[in-house]
Amino acid sequence: MQQLDAGSVQVLTSLKSSTAQTIGEPKIVARDVSVYYGEKQALFDVDVNVPRNSVMAFIGPSGCGKSTFLRCINRMNDTIPIARVEGKIAIDGQDIDDPELDVVELRARVGMVFQKPNPFPKSIYENVAYGPRIHGLARNKADLDRIVETSLQRAGLLKEVKDRLQEPGTGLSGGQQQRLCIARAIATSPDIILMDEPCSALDPIATARVEELIDELRQTLTIIIVTHSMQQAARVSQRTAFFHLGVLVEEDETSTIFTNPSDQRTQDYITGRFG
Amino acid sequence: MLEHTVKSYEEELKLLDSKIAQMGGLAERQLTEAFDALEKRDPRLAERVIAGDAAIDSIEHELQEHVVTIIAKRQPMAIDLRQIMGVLSISGDLERVGDLAKNMAKRALAIAPESHPKPIITGLNHMVELASSQLKDALDAYAARDAERALSVWHADSKLDNLYNSIFRELLTHMMEDPRNIGLSTHLLFGAKNIERVGDHTTNIAETIHFLVTGRKLIDDRPKGDRTSSTLIKG
Repeated sequence: MQQLDAGSVQVLTSLKSSTAQTIGEPKIVARDVSVYYGEKQALFDVDVNVPRNSVMAFIGPSGCGKSTFLRCINRMNDTIPIARVEGKIAIDGQDIDDPELDVVELRARVGMVFQKPNPFPKSIYENVAYGPRIHGLARNKADLDRIVETSLQRAGLLKEVKDRLQEPGTGLSGGQQQRLCIARAIATSPDIILMDEPCSALDPIATARVEELIDELRQTLTIIIVTHSMQQAARVSQRTAFFHLGVLVEEDETSTIFTNPSDQRTQDYITGRFG
Repeated sequence: MLEHTVKSYEEELKLLDSKIAQMGGLAERQLTEAFDALEKRDPRLAERVIAGDAAIDSIEHELQEHVVTIIAKRQPMAIDLRQIMGVLSISGDLERVGDLAKNMAKRALAIAPESHPKPIITGLNHMVELASSQLKDALDAYAARDAERALSVWHADSKLDNLYNSIFRELLTHMMEDPRNIGLSTHLLFGAKNIERVGDHTTNIAETIHFLVTGRKLIDDRPKGDRTSSTLIKG
């Protein structure tokens, strides 16, 4: 087991203390965010505020830039050599491009769940324990056990797996694997979770479980979900943003977007009229 | 507006519109024929109007079934959602217009043997003309998705209310002149009230159209013109 790294604990603690913001302030503020892949511009001057303890859905046709923007929020685009991000994104008022900010810590704070469940080829226990361990969040084995248990519990998976924590995570069903990935994401106590089509590979029951989980998690977390299902966006989110051709066309309360959107392009997309 | 990528969805929504047009046309005809039966003291026409109401009811049922199927199949959003909710509401109003016409036809049947006071019938005629032209305007506004036209229908209901108020007073006078007029006058009063209620349903339809087109509800500050509920004749 990796030794506790006093330095990283300190950084993390300072990050955590900066989260004590007033409730009314947005959790995430993005201004003039543009993304280029080589010469090609994929995202154009996106401005958006994401309120804390809420779910925001990103919708739009394939290639509209919604996932590209999602990946800016935990600087995942840094890992793509030809990608270039312009503009500012701040979480709790802190610029995520601040040179003093450790990107590894940023990603512990901003968890991510992907379209295809991608558990590590390790045990269920190890899948969840990995993050807290490398970030030095557990003082000892008992502490780590507690984090694993709580995370599985919050992900609604504990009951189903508590007697087989040492079995491989890849042996679970698709829906269980996705909840394991969510447990893994919440194990590092993030305050934001980014979900990129988390239910597109799941059956309706597994989808319902994940949606129920999203609703519970938003009591303490801020969640952004990219989805191709209008119904899912309507069910789980409080606000919805519609992207088209790399532009954030419209962002509003979810109930407004789905009953009376302001922009014709939004209306055409959500009603299935896109040309 | 662009058409849906799924053609059959487009056709399902168009079918709702054509059913509303059909239902509205029937309701309009029932209303004018019920009055014709009353004015001409024509029991056969009255019977036909009474029997004709079933056709309106059956379109309403068809529409309800279509709407349920569309919701289950398509999970409509935005303008489509407002359209199908609007269709449900408008068909409910048209069904009530049909009922009111049928009720007037029954009264026409009841009072056919008696001679009718001419000025009252002239007043009722004005009311029916106004009510059916308002209803027609509302249905045209629906077909054209014209919120402005719906709004003018919504504002115009006060004229019908004023006509009703004056017929109400005339009928009270008529009853006071001779108690033998009371039976006939009461039927005519209910007839007038029926037409006034048609105006209220037309107003509802106009509100629904306005919401359907704009996504915004009309704030209900329309002056209520029917003052008969607070009128008392002292002997």
